[in-house]
Amino acid sequence: MIFVSKAGSISSIRTALNLASDFDTIVVSKGEYSEGNLIIDKKIILIGKDFPVIDGKGDGEIFTVTSNDVHINGLLVKNSGISYLKENAGIRLDQVQNCSITNNKFIDNFFAVYLAKSAHCVVSGNFISGVKKRETNSGNGIHLWYCRDITIKNNRIFNHRDGIYFEFVRLGKIINNESGSNLRYGLHFMFSDSCEYTNNTFKDNGAGVAVMYTKNVLMTENHFEHNWGSASYGILLKEIADSRIENNILNENSTGLYMEGCSRVTIKGNNFIRNGWALKLMANSMENYFYNNNFIANSFNISTNSRQNFNTFEKNYWDDYKGYDLDKDGYGDVPFRPVTMFSMMIKSHPTSLILLHSLFVDILNIAESIVPVITPEALTDQKPRMRILN
Amino acid sequence: MKLVKKILLYEVHNTIRSRWVIFYTFFFFLVGYALFTFSGEVSKAYISLMNIVLIIIPLISVIFGSIYFYNSREFIEMMLSQPIDRKSLFLGIFLGVAIPLSAGFALGFSIPFLLFGKVTEQLTGFLLLLLLGMLLTFIFIALSFLISVKQDDKSKGLGLAILIWLILAVVYDGIVVMIIYFFQDYPLENTMIILSATNPIDLGRILFLMKFDIAALMGYTGAVFQRFFGSSLGMIISISCLLIWVLLPFVLSSRFFNKKDF
Repeated sequence: MIFVSKAGSISSIRTALNLASDFDTIVVSKGEYSEGNLIIDKKIILIGKDFPVIDGKGDGEIFTVTSNDVHINGLLVKNSGISYLKENAGIRLDQVQNCSITNNKFIDNFFAVYLAKSAHCVVSGNFISGVKKRETNSGNGIHLWYCRDITIKNNRIFNHRDGIYFEFVRLGKIINNESGSNLRYGLHFMFSDSCEYTNNTFKDNGAGVAVMYTKNVLMTENHFEHNWGSASYGILLKEIADSRIENNILNENSTGLYMEGCSRVTIKGNNFIRNGWALKLMANSMENYFYNNNFIANSFNISTNSRQNFNTFEKNYWDDYKGYDLDKDGYGDVPFRPVTMFSMMIKSHPTSLILLHSLFVDILNIAESIVPVITPEALTDQKPRMRILN
Repeated sequence: MKLVKKILLYEVHNTIRSRWVIFYTFFFFLVGYALFTFSGEVSKAYISLMNIVLIIIPLISVIFGSIYFYNSREFIEMMLSQPIDRKSLFLGIFLGVAIPLSAGFALGFSIPFLLFGKVTEQLTGFLLLLLLGMLLTFIFIALSFLISVKQDDKSKGLGLAILIWLILAVVYDGIVVMIIYFFQDYPLENTMIILSATNPIDLGRILFLMKFDIAALMGYTGAVFQRFFGSSLGMIISISCLLIWVLLPFVLSSRFFNKKDF
């Protein structure tokens, strides 16, 4: 055990790191430590007591971890330098395994936690808040690049560019995090197969959540809330295959779920509430299965750009379904057409959105729903639910 | 002014006695109550209420106004045989219809909000709908009076009143759609602002939807609209447009009334 404190015999973390050997524990007491870039190349445990402040003074990186089995806990890391050439992080894990970063605070860093080519690490219980300026000079909260088996749990991330960023990650688990008020995406991942996202909240982000070029994603019980703006999405899916999106709540997003080039995705048990568009489904999405979802108080249920449809809708609840249920099996006897004439009209002539909720448009919609001319004929829910599914 | 007040009081008394206004109040109360009870979503209820305010109020006002004016014809002729000012008489009758009707609406509309405690939840939305409903009442009663003064035949006048409602509530939007289709290659945002400002029903709808932050759905068009209708200047201009819609038909009909040979 090595104790670092401003009053004690060892007053700098750098000295302690030099003194330490593998499997030592360094305990840092309260105080302000500003020591430039600290490289951890030994298997140590670094613990902060009462959140000692590690200040990067806006220049360069703060901690660079290059050894396996490093555990960092209870520090307040702030002001890693904004740079257009280097991705300076509060704590960087560089090609390591079995590390953990737990219960730290990260304030005003360029990148907060950065994992590159690492595996079997845990990032949990951290509070992360960034400098919210512009997309070009803000970094990401938790940034993963070429990683495997990483667990990201119970973190709260605000005011970064992307809250959580994944690129080339396998088998990541993202559980119970909150990511909000970020400039761009709350969660952004690409080429990251077989990852799981459970019970996270993504709220008030500039553009919501974007998910691209990935297979085998599982997203359950997440909240996508109030991502509101002309280019904001609850979830944006591009080129996603064989994935499951289940039991999420998408609330007050200008577009709840956007799907482009997606195939074999199961969308089940989600609540789409008060979104502008609950679902924008591009025609290059195929064999997706929408089942047991609730669509409540959305301005538009579905918008699409084609008269063709290769997806299946079944047993969803649509709050503007006007059919009847004579045999009392809980499902309407008349198929529901979730794409209205008006939503097709807006697709080709965006200006016509000023007629939203006007009587004329309602009349057009009713006429179209009786004899479909413009709307996709095949896009129907054959068994719409009569009641909300809890 | 004393004369106006006297006629106004008489007319108010008369209007209320006709029980129409009571039904009208009750109708709004019932609709509001039902919407808040049966639709789980407040925002859905608000949209439905907006449609009721923007469609039903003009229709009832324009019909009620013209029926009332035609029915008061004998009363008007009798009054005109007395040495009184025509302008005061006309103003008195107008206010005597418009005030009870808008008050009836305001009462029936507010009670469900108070009952369900929804006033503070969406204060601006509630106040805006209240204001729009009252302004629309005044606008469409003024329009109906204009028709009734110019058209002596009661059935023709009623038909004309309903036609005007139909044009402003439905046909106008159809024309807007046609303009959007025909001129799709041109930037239409400013044209749309002007077009929607010239129809009180459209203007009311857009003002209300802007309050619900619907602008984000519209992309570029929405941004242009938000900049205009969202600013305080835009709000003042829109309210002025609605006031012009009250004043213009009223002043015109008052002028015709002055010159009319009964």
